[in-house]
Amino acid sequence: MKREINSKDVRNFLSNNIVPIIFIVLCAACFPVAGYSPEYLADQIITRIMRNSFLVLSLLIPIMAGMGLNFGMTLGAMAGQIGIIFITAWNVVGIPGLLLAAIIATPIAVLLGWFCGKMLNMARGREMITSYMISFFMNGVYQLVVLYGMGPVIPIHSDQVILPRGYGVRNTIDLLNVRKSIDNFWSIKLFADENGVGGINIPILTIILIALLCVVIIWFRKTKIGQDMRAVGQDMEVAREAGIKVERTRVLAIVISTVFAAYGMVIYLSNMGTLNTYNSHSQIGMFSIAALLVGGASVSKASIKNVFLGIVLFHLMFILTPQAGKNLIGQAQIGEFFRVFVSYGVITLALVLYEIRTRREKAESAKTLALSQMQEAQA
Amino acid sequence: MSSEMTKPLLEMKNVSKEYNGNPVLKDVNFTLGQGEVLGLVGENGAGKSTLMNILFGMDVIHQTGGYGGKVLIDGKEVKFTSPLDALKSGIGMVHQEFSLLPGFTAAENILLNREPQNRSVLSLVFGDRANTIDRKELQKQAIAAITKLGVELDPDMLVAEMPVGHKQFTEISREISKSAIRLLVLDEPTAVLTEKEAEMLLKAIRNLSAQGISVIFITHRLQEILDVCNKVIVMRDGRIVNELDAAKTSISEMAKLMVGREVATPDSEKQEARPISDKVVLSVKNLWVDMPGETVRDVNLEVHDGEILGIGGLAGQGKLGIPNGIMGLFPAGGKVVLNGSEIPLNNPRACLDSSLAFVSEDRRGVGLLLDESLEWNIAFPAMQIQNKFLKPYLGGLVKWRDQSGIKKVTDKYIEQLQIKCTSSKQKAKELSGGNQQKVCLAKAFALEPKLLFVSEPTRGIDIGAKALVLKALREYNRNFGVTIVMISSELEELRQCCDRIAIITDGAVSGILPASSPSEDFGILMVGKTAKEAM
Repeated sequence: MKREINSKDVRNFLSNNIVPIIFIVLCAACFPVAGYSPEYLADQIITRIMRNSFLVLSLLIPIMAGMGLNFGMTLGAMAGQIGIIFITAWNVVGIPGLLLAAIIATPIAVLLGWFCGKMLNMARGREMITSYMISFFMNGVYQLVVLYGMGPVIPIHSDQVILPRGYGVRNTIDLLNVRKSIDNFWSIKLFADENGVGGINIPILTIILIALLCVVIIWFRKTKIGQDMRAVGQDMEVAREAGIKVERTRVLAIVISTVFAAYGMVIYLSNMGTLNTYNSHSQIGMFSIAALLVGGASVSKASIKNVFLGIVLFHLMFILTPQAGKNLIGQAQIGEFFRVFVSYGVITLALVLYEIRTRREKAESAKTLALSQMQEAQA
Repeated sequence: MSSEMTKPLLEMKNVSKEYNGNPVLKDVNFTLGQGEVLGLVGENGAGKSTLMNILFGMDVIHQTGGYGGKVLIDGKEVKFTSPLDALKSGIGMVHQEFSLLPGFTAAENILLNREPQNRSVLSLVFGDRANTIDRKELQKQAIAAITKLGVELDPDMLVAEMPVGHKQFTEISREISKSAIRLLVLDEPTAVLTEKEAEMLLKAIRNLSAQGISVIFITHRLQEILDVCNKVIVMRDGRIVNELDAAKTSISEMAKLMVGREVATPDSEKQEARPISDKVVLSVKNLWVDMPGETVRDVNLEVHDGEILGIGGLAGQGKLGIPNGIMGLFPAGGKVVLNGSEIPLNNPRACLDSSLAFVSEDRRGVGLLLDESLEWNIAFPAMQIQNKFLKPYLGGLVKWRDQSGIKKVTDKYIEQLQIKCTSSKQKAKELSGGNQQKVCLAKAFALEPKLLFVSEPTRGIDIGAKALVLKALREYNRNFGVTIVMISSELEELRQCCDRIAIITDGAVSGILPASSPSEDFGILMVGKTAKEAM
């Protein structure tokens, strides 16, 4: 009897964690082929965690409010980018520059988040596809502003930022002013040799920032608004009957997520050191969501643990596969190919699994009926 | 005890209500004292819900022109505009459907949106919603409510993992935890409970009453009324037919009052007892159906050749689940045998192929193609399933609709069933409810089934149309020898139409009686008693 339960437990564990398990197996298989040293990998992973975790953490709150994966985080990323464009044009350097970028990004993110939240309230039950489409739509607006508005309408006249024709922002902007300024503000090096070469960089300030956000999210769950969001996420009607302002709560969830995404984007860009004006934001939305799902989150449930596990596994694979591809068939391209292919694949898988699980739960109720009848018959 | 006792807590004076000119409540008068437990019984549609909607000032009442008469609390007239108003006066209700969050614990649900909070530094910046929740106090208040109710309930248990009874207790505890609660309305609280849980709940009701909280207890289980109530109000057709002292009444008296309207049926329409053949056409064994709100647990039934079998029972007991399950519209299990061959369940097509037809209670959803013409509506299933009204061309390669055949059959049924329409080309959605129902019947008739399920054929249609629909069914049965299984909430209708009537209680058959049996016998079956027990 006991064994039976055990095998069932194992099966449940496997089916509930299928995505992370696939990734662990993939990474384990690629690791020897790629031939990287553990130190190098650790350093890379830490860099990626620092770069992405703020962004991925921003996805947690809408999931808590039952609104699924917030594809609209792209809007926050746009706001962050606009902030970065401004400070680069104004030549504000270092941490003050990043702070200013965040300050500029905040009202834009609030506005975009509010707009997105309002829209999602009108499209209840189809939040994910709607937020995805909104992000495409706003991408157009963003391009209009950045490509034509900046220069003539919005006074930006920096050669570093504006295209030679006099208006519009360059395709890529070098962010030398703020490059790694948070990471290098206070960092220590582990396992380096005597000459300071190699080893693992530990950027203390970034870690503190990320830890702070984790604490904020944990604290947030304990607040009244957090409790309301969890209630709304489970059943909007019940929450409404209890007097919770459902629509407002949902809009707030999206606004908070968008603002965090904007800050996350500022940190991300500072770490990267270059801004890909027309691509960074849409890519980052996709990769953040994929990373969260790889960490074992689902459309309706995600935790901080999922965020970090997800980033580690997702990026470990991206580091390993190009090298593995190169060593195996002499093609590093395969890694880049993998990156996109796997992100979309993981998101699709997660969406499908979510539906299957919901349906399976429904089937359970039918099963209990049949079972109770059998038990009665035996009695 | 106190001076408050002199004025009754709640008094209703000449309360009446009509929807679009149809009176649904007439001249309702009663009083309820502090700490009293009032039982409210009546069939579905007797006006219990409307009465409670008035008490709580629900929107449906205001939107349909308010109500007549007076509602007094402590002797003062009140007019609540929303349930929140009622709550402020200390009136709370526990509905039949749970309003609980599955992922929250009992304690969290009990104090939903009334959580005790601690202010923090961040509240100064972000406002009150940034207050943190005081878990300890939350726990304390929840336990206080549970203790007041006097039941065993773990405050830390997730609602999703609770047995139904505990969910009910959570729901009631929530109402009790609202500070000023003085009157609690419980709508069918024991319907979903096991016997032991129901006992606990009854004990809890006595507890509340002892603490001076009045209770209005709506239930179909009459024994429970006898067990806990001080007095009983029996409603029928929007009136209070009697107010009884619970200590001096009996189940059979209440059951009789509940259903026992001696309707003067014209002799011509009365069902004459006729011999039914012993041949079984349809046998149902151990059927279960997972239809939300109408769960069927274990139904065993035999339908005889050429009869009209009625299936009755109160709402939510599972009578609607039976045809929906057999026809494959909801997940089902068990064994269904038609004319000696087993019908696979969960397969609508197989049912239709074996000459079963079903007129659904969901006319607009399942029954009709609203945007299509009557011709289409009536001929479509026959065309789809039996290849009727199709003319083969090119040796069967192409099949074209036989338009004239379709028109002929549609016109035939329009005449036969007296469907009021401009022509056979009119769209189904333009017809009145009664005529739509007739189209549904015509559609089923066009399939020429051997056995026809008809579910709630007269729901939502007026009296004249009702009579025609019932007559059509009866004639169809007599003239073509088609066996009919008719499911209806209206007992009188079944008694008019059927040969035998099965009553479904708790998802199982509680008894089958000839239609000529006195209606109180059916009443007793409906409340889950066999005739013997009630004696």
